[in-house]
Amino acid sequence: MVQSIATRQPRPPLRARIRGVLREMRKEWTAYLFLSPGLLLFLIFWVFTIAFSFYLSFHDWNILEPARPFVGLDNYRDLLTDRRFHQAIVNTVYYTALSVPLTMVAGLVLALLLNNPIKARGLFRTLYYIPVITPLVVSAIIWKWVYQGDYGLLNYYLLRLGLISSPLRWLSDPNLAMPAVILMSVWGGAGYDMVIYLAGLQAIPEDYYDAAKVDGANSFQRFLHITVPLLAPTTFFLFVMSTIGSFQVFTQIYVMTSGGPLGRTTTIGYRLYEKAFRHFDMGYASAMAYALFAMVLGFTLLQLRYMRQRDIVY
Amino acid sequence: MAALDQGRAQAAAFRRERDVWRTVVAVLQHLLIYALLLAGAVLFTAPWAWMVVASLQDVSDMFRWPPSWIPVNPSLDNYARFLRTQHLGRMFFNSGYCAVAVTSLQLFFNSLAAYTFAKRRFPGRDFIFLMMLSTFMIPGQVTQIPSYLILMHMPLFGGNNLLGQGGHGWLDSYWGLIAPGAVSTYGIFLLRQYMKTIPDELLDAARIDGASEFRLYAQVVLPLTTPALAAMGIFTFTYVWNDFFWPLIIISSPSLRTLPLGLALFVVAHRTVWDLVMAGSVVATLPVLLLFLLFQRHFVRGIALSGLR
Repeated sequence: MVQSIATRQPRPPLRARIRGVLREMRKEWTAYLFLSPGLLLFLIFWVFTIAFSFYLSFHDWNILEPARPFVGLDNYRDLLTDRRFHQAIVNTVYYTALSVPLTMVAGLVLALLLNNPIKARGLFRTLYYIPVITPLVVSAIIWKWVYQGDYGLLNYYLLRLGLISSPLRWLSDPNLAMPAVILMSVWGGAGYDMVIYLAGLQAIPEDYYDAAKVDGANSFQRFLHITVPLLAPTTFFLFVMSTIGSFQVFTQIYVMTSGGPLGRTTTIGYRLYEKAFRHFDMGYASAMAYALFAMVLGFTLLQLRYMRQRDIVY
Repeated sequence: MAALDQGRAQAAAFRRERDVWRTVVAVLQHLLIYALLLAGAVLFTAPWAWMVVASLQDVSDMFRWPPSWIPVNPSLDNYARFLRTQHLGRMFFNSGYCAVAVTSLQLFFNSLAAYTFAKRRFPGRDFIFLMMLSTFMIPGQVTQIPSYLILMHMPLFGGNNLLGQGGHGWLDSYWGLIAPGAVSTYGIFLLRQYMKTIPDELLDAARIDGASEFRLYAQVVLPLTTPALAAMGIFTFTYVWNDFFWPLIIISSPSLRTLPLGLALFVVAHRTVWDLVMAGSVVATLPVLLLFLLFQRHFVRGIALSGLR
């Protein structure tokens, strides 16, 4: 004990330490040079913007008006009573709660099918992945056509199969518009989840399945007790990333419904766009962005805690 | 003895029967898998195939009921008219120009920064790196509004004075489309993870031979990073080509619109010009589709490695 204290190095004085760091910085100056373009853009478009939108959220800041007074917490207080913002939250949660799990299930099913010893695996994978690389605007346009009331493909086949008796107005019926947008998003995103799940499946050692077979486990038991737990990190990764992504959904909404009918597909991302770039109400929109940020952060922290409780290492 | 033989024969017969059943079940299982895969493939490609079919027909044939999956009187007329319509051909150039510019800049800047984080030791390295990582979870909406204001007040551009007042700055210009995307913290992170796996001994050997830091980066590390660079480059190109939101908020001149922006505005404004829209949609999809088909391996490995979109 005494010895360890005696042998501990005394801390050099502050000035000497600063000099040491400066000397090292001078010696490694090329490192800063290499970093400078990236760092400069990072400081401008990330660090500065994050701080500045926080600042904006406390102001009544409209581009079109010269006066930009400080309003304290007014913007945030307005959010609490803004009916349309509340509707946007409900719509966003609705969209996320359905599109994320459905896309993941579709991706997992496709990955499980493709993980069998089959021919033309590459071809199938390509076909399922094409919707993912198709520009979102194009996908939305195609589906807008598919959903058309009088001559749309979906109505035609549903009528022919006898599932509906008269054409449905998919995108103009307040109750159907959001499910229609969700279906399009599942179609566009399943291929991505499939590729990630496929990588996860291929990382599971074949021995585990062989050992379980010897022990007499049937294929459903093997899936439940080997595949599902070993895919848990992949599932969590997909779940967290997709949820963060779908909290911000915008493009499909803009092209297919423009937030309608009756505001039933107005998501937070769409409402924020309207406020910031149609009304140029930058202060209020910034407060909205921070509210969205808080939701994403809260969700992520909850997920992390859940993961730690379940001992899932990602 | 006879009873034992009989028992053996029975057991053998039982085994044969069981094996036959197993084969039948295996074949059925296989057939079921193919049937499901095929059904999935139809569902996933049908809307897409419909776009191609529709783009090859006259608008009156597109509205046929029942819908026809084989183009009636197929022609490339829509494509010709699409390219002739003002600005539509120009949009193709704009998308390509921005995608190539952003991808090239990112390949250079990202890899330069990634190399520095992976292979250099300097004061502040870990702090700066962590700061970049911590921005991953922040939704884009938080940075978009101030980014817009920064572009608007860029000094000496777009009619602005030295203080960034008076004009529109980098809004409504290629600068505004390209500059904010010239570096990606995600790209830096991915490349850095990859470069970390390159053994330091290689660099030390080159250092002893008197190679400069830039040569180490350009001639030792970069060639070994090619797979990661390819994956990142393809993703960046696809992302910029497909991006809709950023062009939507900063571009106002029709001549500067990118394809997704032009198409979306077209659809929202003219609800009836479906023939041109379908041709335009095919044109907008072709480059990224070709890129994907050509570099599928990089694509899939890139996603699998990193989960990047």
